[in-house]
Amino acid sequence: MSMAQTSDSFSQTRSEGIGTRLSDTLWRRPGLLLILLLLPPVLWLGIIYLGSLFALLLQSFFSIDHFTGLVNYEFTLKTYAELFTPANFDIILRTVTMAAICTLASAVIAFPIAYYAARYARGRWRAVFYLGIMMPLWSSYLVKIYAWKLILAKEGILTWALEGLHLNWLLDAYLSLPVVGGNSLSVSPTGTFIVFVYVWMPFMILPIQAALERVPPSMLEASGDLGARPAQTFRHVLFPLALPGIVAGSIFTFSLTLGDYIIPQIIGTSRLFIGQAVYQHQGIAGNIPLAAAFAVVPIVIMGFYLWGAKRMGAFNAL
Amino acid sequence: MSAVSFANVSRHFGAVKAVDGVSLAIAEGEFFAMLGPSGSGKTTCLRLIAGFERPTSGDIRIFGESVADLPPYKRHVNTVFQDYALFPHLNVIDNVAYGLMIAGQGRKQRHAAAEEALEMVRLGGYGTRKPSELSGGQRQRVALARALVNKPRVLLLDEPLGALDLKLREQMQEELKGLQRQLGITFVFVTHDQGEALSMADRVAVFNDGKIIQVGGPEDIYFRPEVPFVADFVGSSNVLPEALVARLTGERCPAAIRPERLRLASDGPLKARVTGLSFLGLTTRVSFEAEGTRLTALLPQDAPRPVEGETVGLTWAADDLHLMRAGA
Repeated sequence: MSMAQTSDSFSQTRSEGIGTRLSDTLWRRPGLLLILLLLPPVLWLGIIYLGSLFALLLQSFFSIDHFTGLVNYEFTLKTYAELFTPANFDIILRTVTMAAICTLASAVIAFPIAYYAARYARGRWRAVFYLGIMMPLWSSYLVKIYAWKLILAKEGILTWALEGLHLNWLLDAYLSLPVVGGNSLSVSPTGTFIVFVYVWMPFMILPIQAALERVPPSMLEASGDLGARPAQTFRHVLFPLALPGIVAGSIFTFSLTLGDYIIPQIIGTSRLFIGQAVYQHQGIAGNIPLAAAFAVVPIVIMGFYLWGAKRMGAFNAL
Repeated sequence: MSAVSFANVSRHFGAVKAVDGVSLAIAEGEFFAMLGPSGSGKTTCLRLIAGFERPTSGDIRIFGESVADLPPYKRHVNTVFQDYALFPHLNVIDNVAYGLMIAGQGRKQRHAAAEEALEMVRLGGYGTRKPSELSGGQRQRVALARALVNKPRVLLLDEPLGALDLKLREQMQEELKGLQRQLGITFVFVTHDQGEALSMADRVAVFNDGKIIQVGGPEDIYFRPEVPFVADFVGSSNVLPEALVARLTGERCPAAIRPERLRLASDGPLKARVTGLSFLGLTTRVSFEAEGTRLTALLPQDAPRPVEGETVGLTWAADDLHLMRAGA
């Protein structure tokens, strides 16, 4: 047998299609494959996402001529200064306060649920848990909010139920409180708070659960073994180890509350939140620069929030 | 007074009897090993002492005090966990000082004590590292220091050497033994490794199916197993069934014989077929089959070696055949 024949039989004789040749080329140049795989998402992110963000940032440095209603394409910080007028600053303050309170409440409610799911739920109960957490995310956001409107409204289910229990004086007393109260829950800041906490809850539970799942039971036993009462174990071991999950969850609840404009429009007072301000200024008012400046506010706040969380050591356990 | 005593203690998980009617007494200052295959109840016994499990029935006493209603954080025992369970968010010194911090000691004082404990396990100066930056052996030492710094009256060790490689394990065995002698603390040590139990412990309890099968010194367990399970699990002895023993000696009970005590002799009382040979260095291990029983012999290198498939005679000295009682 000659050498030529040997090499012939080695490099397969069947005819090579274009697919095979393409595979061979990619096998020889793995970098090419990486480029092909990454190009579409990078283009998508780069042009559509970052591009629009950049355009937004740019707009916020322009200003509007209040007489003509036309955008003046000259670089200025005038629009940002407008954010600090009492009316606008009030909107920012209200939104940030609401976002902070919602985040805190979500964390407090989500922690025991996540702890149960991570430590005790097994097999079928685990599936039930995931279904229970995720199901609200499958139904339409608007439907859920209107459902809450029906629950919280003056003639709603809650009032009806409390009347049945002869406890409506309790609700009335609460609604007569300043700041948090109102005519009914559905037009009070408390209503907005309840619905925000409900809608964002899965985003808080899941990261905390993921963090707690990585804490082996022996870690908590070790703490008890070394003399720590359950409350001390929570403070010194469980909470620090869950903190990255809590921070991850709070990034969702905080930023989603900062940007939302539908919930406060349907449930709550007529006072504006940042999202509504952005919506109104870019729409009817045609004040794109001010809308852009408003939209930058949550981005800046989140930046500071993450920076602060990192400094506090929230990511040390990662 | 015993350091730890169990009086007819059971721990059942539903239908599973993890620990089933265990009674034992561990003396103060003793190095006590609980040995058994996985699922034999030895770890559950340890967890009962630590307080992570509560007995279904029976009474547990630590230095005479009944601990049935004491949670782990009120017991003067400390545990070295199998996975070490070091706190990943704390550095080494804060891990070791954790118990002292909980006890309310000031930062300076507890760090000094922790540093001393680290020096005892030869990890002085490692305080600022994170557990994730340590090797398995180093983590093991930190876990040991974290438990010992609290000056427990009983130290519980749950397979502490299981995750280490052979060389490190042998070294740690020596060190643990030395520490125990030096400190005089009662050590209760759980392991499935018979070599580890025999080489370190003053006394060994052999567990199977939630029960203690035999308690005794290493030599008792090794040379004088009371039942076939102990002979097989601890000594990897050959176990001869009752019928065979009856024919050879006239006694109606099973018997054990150590592999190194079996010798080849053409006129030996037991005829066996050679089924395999493997070279072990100092000795050659030969497997036999005799009347349906599998036997192993360790032959010195200078002894004549049989051929696979050959039928040979086996013999032994009369006192090497150790008679046992039937049962587990």
